[in-house]
Amino acid sequence: MKHRLPQWVALFAVAGLALLYLPMLAVAVFSLNVSRYGLVWRGFTLDWYVRLFQNPYILDAAWNTLVLALVSTLIATVLGTLMALGMHRFPWPASFRRFLDFSVYLPVITPDIIFAVAAVTAFILLRSAWSVFEPGLFTMICAHVTFQIAFVELVVAGRLAVIGRQVEEAARDLYADSWTILRHITLPLLAPGIAAGAMLAFTLSLDDFVISFFTSGPDSVTLPIFIYSSLRRGVTPEIHALSTLIFLVTVLLVLAVQFLTRTQKEV
Amino acid sequence: MTDWIVWFGELTHPRRLRVRGSLFLSGSLFWLSAGLTAPMLVLVFMAFARRSPYGEIIWNISPDNFLRLAGFGAFGWTADYLWILARSAWMASVTTLLSVGIAYPLAFWIALRPPRTRNLWFALVVIPFCTNLVIRTYAWMLILSNQMPPARFLQWLGWLAPEAALYPGAGAVFLGMVASSLPFAALPIYTNVERLDWSLVEAAQDLYGGRWAVFRHAIFAQTQPGLLAGIILTFIPAMGAFVVPDLLGGARTWLVGNLIQQQFGPSRDWPFGAAVSLGLMVLTLAGLFLLRRLEAAHRET
Repeated sequence: MKHRLPQWVALFAVAGLALLYLPMLAVAVFSLNVSRYGLVWRGFTLDWYVRLFQNPYILDAAWNTLVLALVSTLIATVLGTLMALGMHRFPWPASFRRFLDFSVYLPVITPDIIFAVAAVTAFILLRSAWSVFEPGLFTMICAHVTFQIAFVELVVAGRLAVIGRQVEEAARDLYADSWTILRHITLPLLAPGIAAGAMLAFTLSLDDFVISFFTSGPDSVTLPIFIYSSLRRGVTPEIHALSTLIFLVTVLLVLAVQFLTRTQKEV
Repeated sequence: MTDWIVWFGELTHPRRLRVRGSLFLSGSLFWLSAGLTAPMLVLVFMAFARRSPYGEIIWNISPDNFLRLAGFGAFGWTADYLWILARSAWMASVTTLLSVGIAYPLAFWIALRPPRTRNLWFALVVIPFCTNLVIRTYAWMLILSNQMPPARFLQWLGWLAPEAALYPGAGAVFLGMVASSLPFAALPIYTNVERLDWSLVEAAQDLYGGRWAVFRHAIFAQTQPGLLAGIILTFIPAMGAFVVPDLLGGARTWLVGNLIQQQFGPSRDWPFGAAVSLGLMVLTLAGLFLLRRLEAAHRET
């Protein structure tokens, strides 16, 4: 049976989507504008995009963003996957299980400014003992991994629940040892979930500003931090172009994650 | 050695399994406790510390920072900090109400699209969810600037001074906050609406329920968990908002997030910043507690 919605529901939906997309659309349009100052359309150009790739600060920031996202995602994916296996494949007593659930949900529900402030405080104290904790890429990677682990764990745990226990039990009946089962049964079956978790962690790292902003140093400027600090000096078409590019990368990543999670359901 | 169990087809001891399991868990638990739990504890201690005139931290226990937050300073009592706390709570509540108000119909609209295009519409909500907040706020700065149509229109109406922009101001902050938290509200509501049991709605209609009665008892009641998750996911980040009020607002729209950033950034007064952070935590938890009470009271009626 078809369900009809009142007309005003569509109106709200359109308004909501407009709220989400109109500003981004304006940025994309003005990134193609010839005029440097003011917001009058003077003709089409791709000049601003070309200039992005000639600006050493932007290239530097892009490199930092990529290194941060890749390294933290790698660490978080390994730790998060191991955590999901450890949580759901072993007979823990109920009280320890509650503690584990709490450890996973704490980073998810903590407001990111508190998360950032706590990390900074810890780094301030550690710095006096060990100079590795000077603000920089290292501290940023530490902080990013901390919030990524929980999200990877949640995605991988969802996949673990889908694949069930029959295949692993069957392998055990055929005299496979624990290592063989993990290596040749569990991990291959988990692969789409691990990939989706890694993609989510990668997106979250790119998406983050507050935590990076608090834990970064002078040599570890990322793209969002670069945009934020250049806003103090006014907006330029170069920033329009940069924002549009980052937005397009996000769109691709989201579609990739959706594709992965959809194939995951069709096992 | 009597406690044998069969676990995933293997005959083994729980103790052996636990040793193996803790190997799996040790890395992540260490990282989480070193990266979040321990720093949170340090933050609590630091809130009771003091800052020396040279910016160093003096570890003596005193409630000074909290007194200062409550307005008791060297020059008598002022409500400045309390105002910032109150404004944060107010703005977060209004933002949550508006976001959920828009997200609720939006979720229904997407859930009732044909299956083939539904995922595409859903992706349209996920994409802003994953887009960097600085970029999204920056886009609002562009839209609200003085030469763009919205400001032009208001200038033409005479409601806005010529050449004036629509930011910084409270209106711009509200717009930015609602737009940034809309996906957070829409995602949990949508996942709830997608699994709605429509046969209950049909049953209610067959029993001659009026439009309002059908909505309230057959639809709204089913969407309550998603609605609650949406409210929580919107309210928590809105309480700690820092980017949006910083870029779209001025000194008169300062929120707790800005105050915290000020202490950890330019002012270098970490102990007071820690105290403000604890204040934010307490306010957020109080909001969640209130929400739970409201929900419990609603469920009883």
